[in-house]
Amino acid sequence: MATRDEATAGEIGLRARELADRLARGERRAIAQAISRVEDDTPVGRALLDLVFPRTGGAYRLGVTGPPGSGKSTLVHGLARRLRDGGRRVGVLAIDPTSPFTGGAILGDRVRMTSAAGDEGFFVRSMASRGSTGGVSAATYEASEILEAAGFDWILIETVGVGQAELEVVELTDCVLLVLVPESGDAVQVMKAGIMEIADLFVINKFDREGGDRLQRDLMLAMELSDWRRPGGWTPPVVPAVALREEGLDEILARAEEHRAWLLGDRERLREARAAKLRKRMEVLLNRTLIERTWRGSALRARLDQDLARIAAHELSPYQWVEDALSL
Amino acid sequence: MEEKIRVMVAKPGLDGHDRGAKVVATAFRDAGFEVIYTGLHQTPEMIVDAAIQEDVDILSISVLSGAHMTIFPRLLALLKERGAEEIHVIGGGIIPREDARQLIAQGVGAIFGPGTPTGEAVAYIRDWHAGRKTG
Ligand SMILES: Nc1nc2c(ncn2[C@@H]2O[C@H](COP(=O)(O)OP(=O)(O)OP(=O)(O)O)[C@@H](O)[C@H]2O)c(=O)[nH]1
Ligand SMILES: [Mg+2]
Repeated sequence: MATRDEATAGEIGLRARELADRLARGERRAIAQAISRVEDDTPVGRALLDLVFPRTGGAYRLGVTGPPGSGKSTLVHGLARRLRDGGRRVGVLAIDPTSPFTGGAILGDRVRMTSAAGDEGFFVRSMASRGSTGGVSAATYEASEILEAAGFDWILIETVGVGQAELEVVELTDCVLLVLVPESGDAVQVMKAGIMEIADLFVINKFDREGGDRLQRDLMLAMELSDWRRPGGWTPPVVPAVALREEGLDEILARAEEHRAWLLGDRERLREARAAKLRKRMEVLLNRTLIERTWRGSALRARLDQDLARIAAHELSPYQWVEDALSL
Repeated sequence: MEEKIRVMVAKPGLDGHDRGAKVVATAFRDAGFEVIYTGLHQTPEMIVDAAIQEDVDILSISVLSGAHMTIFPRLLALLKERGAEEIHVIGGGIIPREDARQLIAQGVGAIFGPGTPTGEAVAYIRDWHAGRKTG
């Protein structure tokens, strides 16, 4: 919640430690507040992430992505319930887009996740993308670390409904599940969108509708023809499902477990997969911090205001302006 | 990073449609709030547990069924029980003036009757949030 974390370093550390203790006890309100601190990037949030970091890294992160309305939330809810039945503690992060015009957002994924009420082993948090364009928000991974510190061992991340985009979810998760529907068209259209390469597992949802088996055939053929096979020989399975009726969910989980076993089966492979992802994440973190620090307290905005009219009038080159502005 | 005002829009009970709630949700989004929308037919227990997970600042409830004198006190009691009484409850719907007065005395922040321009609720939330930050 939005109470400012303006305090001395000592106080910040104290508050972070208190929050970490309550997290470790699985207190729901503390988990929620911790995610807010991290999402708002407050000093307490940052201190908290440092504190819990040694305790993270063991949870399994499953990303669920796909076009708008394909049934991601329905599927996530069904999978979460099955995992709960199997005794897992499940955390869900569901991202919906922030309006670029108003900065507001309507986060509606929760409508499909009703059984999160009253079950201490099931936690659902909606997050707004807040300006990120990769299908997740800047703090999604950090929020998943909070969930992990609170004892959730499976973390499901539902992205914004995307058609074509750079999908950051790959860097945040161990396994990416791409949800398609019969209406997604033939595999060529899916290939064009460029999201096919990121999937570790395809789900053709709404298989109760016309055209599912054709898409399934096309996908399998497309995979044979091309080498989307992951290094080390993982061929993404294609699983039909009717999420609305909870059909196909056991098979999806079985395939996800297989993928996990495949990753874990070869320590070198898992280490490499995670190291490559970590490296990308570190670069993202570094970029973000560089950008913030460059803008903060600098005269760049004022200078831009001052020169914009001349750039617009083509009296000043925009490229030269940037060079000059940053070389000061 | 800038703090966002988070609002949960919920509609308890079994009465029909959620058009009103959607209008309110849209107005809040356009005001720059992050709005968590939970859909129809929520029990007070479900609403409070969701509000806690979402760490909202404001819980906005619309009640058309006439059950407001049981629903609002129940929500307030549950929030208290869960140590989340900082979550500020506001409401809308068909609520007689005298009932509204009683509910506000019990801790509901504000009640907006039918036909109230959504801008009023937006202004109320902004004021409340600004007041809490300095307070
Ligand atoms: N016919 C059919 N409808 C389904 C199935 N699964 C989900 N739906 C419906 O599809 C609609 C969208 O479902 P969601 O789960 O909200 O989809 P989503 O991908 O999360 O949507 P966004 O988050 O908005 O991108 C809802 O009306 C669901 O009831 C299915 O297997 N068959
Ligand atoms: Mg969804």
